[in-house]
Amino acid sequence: MTSPARSAHFLAAVVALCAALCWSAGAVRAADGRVPMPDIPKALGERCVAETDFMRRNHMTLLKHQRDETVHLGVRKAETQLDRCLTCHAVAGADGKPVSYSDSGHFCRSCHDYAAVSIDCFECHSSRPGQKAQGASRDPPDETTLKLLGYLRDKRR
Amino acid sequence: MTSETGSRDERASGASRRSFLKSAAGVGVTMLAPGVVLYAAAPPAVAQRAGRPADSKIRWGLLVDLNKCPPGCDLCVTACADENGLHRPGAHESQWIRKVNVHDPKTDVRREVPVMCQHCAMPACVDVCPTGASFKRADGIVLVDRHICIGCRYCMMACPYQARSFVHEPQENQRPEVPRGVGTAEACSLCVHRIDAGRMPACVEACAARAGGAMVFGDLNDPSSAIAKAIGTHRATTIRADLGLDPAVHYLSL
Amino acid sequence: MPRAHYREIEADSGFVTLMLLFGLALAGGLLSSLYMRHYGHVVSGMGNQIVWGIPHVFAFFLIVSASGALNVASMASVFGRTTYKPLARLSGLLAIALLAGGLSILVLDLGRPERLTVAMTNFNFKSIFSWNINFYVGFLAIVAVYLFLQMARGLDRYVGIAGLVAFLWRLALTTATGSVLGFLAARQAYDAAIMAPLFIAMSLALGQAVFLVVVMAVCAGTGRPLDHALLHRMARLLAILLTATLYFAVVQHITNLYSPKRLAVERFLLVDGGIYTALLWIGYVGIGSLLPIGLGLCPAAGRSRPMILAAAVLAIIGGLCHLYVIIVGGQAFPLLLFPGMEVSSSFGDGMIGSYRPSLPELVLVAGGMSLTMLLTMFGMRLLPFVPMSFVDEATGAPAHAVTGEQAAGR
Ligand code: SF4
Repeated sequence: MTSPARSAHFLAAVVALCAALCWSAGAVRAADGRVPMPDIPKALGERCVAETDFMRRNHMTLLKHQRDETVHLGVRKAETQLDRCLTCHAVAGADGKPVSYSDSGHFCRSCHDYAAVSIDCFECHSSRPGQKAQGASRDPPDETTLKLLGYLRDKRR
Repeated sequence: MTSETGSRDERASGASRRSFLKSAAGVGVTMLAPGVVLYAAAPPAVAQRAGRPADSKIRWGLLVDLNKCPPGCDLCVTACADENGLHRPGAHESQWIRKVNVHDPKTDVRREVPVMCQHCAMPACVDVCPTGASFKRADGIVLVDRHICIGCRYCMMACPYQARSFVHEPQENQRPEVPRGVGTAEACSLCVHRIDAGRMPACVEACAARAGGAMVFGDLNDPSSAIAKAIGTHRATTIRADLGLDPAVHYLSL
Repeated sequence: MPRAHYREIEADSGFVTLMLLFGLALAGGLLSSLYMRHYGHVVSGMGNQIVWGIPHVFAFFLIVSASGALNVASMASVFGRTTYKPLARLSGLLAIALLAGGLSILVLDLGRPERLTVAMTNFNFKSIFSWNINFYVGFLAIVAVYLFLQMARGLDRYVGIAGLVAFLWRLALTTATGSVLGFLAARQAYDAAIMAPLFIAMSLALGQAVFLVVVMAVCAGTGRPLDHALLHRMARLLAILLTATLYFAVVQHITNLYSPKRLAVERFLLVDGGIYTALLWIGYVGIGSLLPIGLGLCPAAGRSRPMILAAAVLAIIGGLCHLYVIIVGGQAFPLLLFPGMEVSSSFGDGMIGSYRPSLPELVLVAGGMSLTMLLTMFGMRLLPFVPMSFVDEATGAPAHAVTGEQAAGR
């Protein structure tokens, strides 16, 4: 990676931070009763692992559970694998290819920016869907995932 | 195989995998020495069934026959880089596998030794890691859980093989199966993502397909496996055996 | 019973200026850490062969000094030397501040410093490194209680017990710190049980030196008295502790010379290691040991405050050189994969590793040291740590009547 590009990023990040601070100060006033909502891109797949409401609250638990299963046990074929999520939730950029997390239109970013929750997933993981995963992931959740889903539902009640 | 369930299945999986290994061993047979045959690169020579946890009865290992490892050949190194999304060698770049030129000044014998994470049975990196990010999987593969690695580099201090690298720069366009990112330690994963899909490590495959077939991959715990047999017959050695770490990577003619 | 009289130090212009200066340096250190986190460690001098550099040298230095800075307090409450008692509080404060400074460097140098919480919640009980984390946190807590008991009214009788616990704890702490290197079987330069006693001796000596410098600076800066006989005694103690460290270092190297597989690395460090050899002989043995030992033991030098100060400063410089040789020099020598063979590769095999401390690392180090200074000054401003007068507890008579003017002048 060229260092001028990196320093540009660093500067850009600082500038963006300042700009965001100024803007948010203004936005609160401008909103004037209306709550600004994030612009969440529509998913490509037919059906998610669970309903949207549930996923909004619990996607991190599912991902974390899956990450430990994958890394420590080697269980990889599960619906809750990050790559699968990225496949359905890919957002096409100007060139028609899925955008990466550095694009503010990225599915994960659209909401995380809004909620001001920073994540470090994509410092290691590719934020675009893998070649193989494209168009896949229609099979139903496996046994452990189902158990976890049930547990999380019970817990919320 | 997929219809089996429960604990019986767990017990059976080792045996079925072994017979599978035997039956699949028909391709890529190479003569090591008169009478001794190594089975290399018969994809897939191994199978851990998808969706099943790593099996503690297995211990994956490698055998490298240095007689078949010609000078200047770096197919295993480039195959590894392609598979795992590594960059070309540089001062701060990671090297999961490297070729070490070894010259014996007394006999003037020269060898080129591919060195990677040796996947020790008693790994020093795992012992020293403060968070448990360095760990050994049930089937003997030593890995870094990058989610809890804090980047202290103590594992790099502890590894006798200089097998670990530190990711010194932010990464982009990683391979989806091989996440890797700045500020964490990493090393050869024995292509764990391929093993979990019933395939062989990229280096072994490349060496068998396009070079001398110097590498054998298999289960060290299975006395009937090609790798175990060859190690036994030829009294293969390990690097720095004196340290007692019991590496899973063995060498012939070291 | 008459007690030494303590008071908070004044926030005069000198104090404020220093605080600002150290504050700036600390901010620099934090920025430097952010910078390394953003660009990756490629901007540091460290690489895949020399993975621990100047930040670790200073972190180890501050951490072992923290344990040694408590010498004076231990002298007073464990070994019953009441003459040391007036300085016991400052000794405890400095110990806490030094440890905090060292830890901050260690943490801010991590590849993922933001994961400190991960390190605190995921313990690998086989790792001496996570044991160290426990020892550090425990040390902070124990010394804090120890200080509280010393400063609270009517709790005097518990001070002895707290002092004993703190004393034992710091022995364990430095044993563990030395073992961070001593447990590394892979590296010929380390991998020795003697690392533990070496680090204990080193911690006692370096902590003593740091304490001497700080106490002289504080008393000069605030015009507080400083009993010269006590100062002289502490300088002599420093000389003895430096001798003990040197003894362990000599034994370590001689043992290694008798071990064939360590001969090469010894040859490197002692004879042809370039900068490391120079730092070892000139920096550590000459400037950092023989000279201050001589100064500390020479009666004439003992009468002169500048000489005592010089001895302490030299000991600190020597200690840093020693740690640099141990930590960086030990990694610069390549790992021995194939004994007796000539090796080369694209990954540094068979080659002496190169390392040049980079600016971000140095700024980080300055930040950590400044944190130590800030905490010490802040503590002294907030609470009565420094004595106004020295009183011999046994007789009730002033042990030494040094006026503020005299103290400031020397
Ligand atoms: S760098 Fe990561 S894997 Fe290595 S010892 Fe530190 S926390 Fe463990």
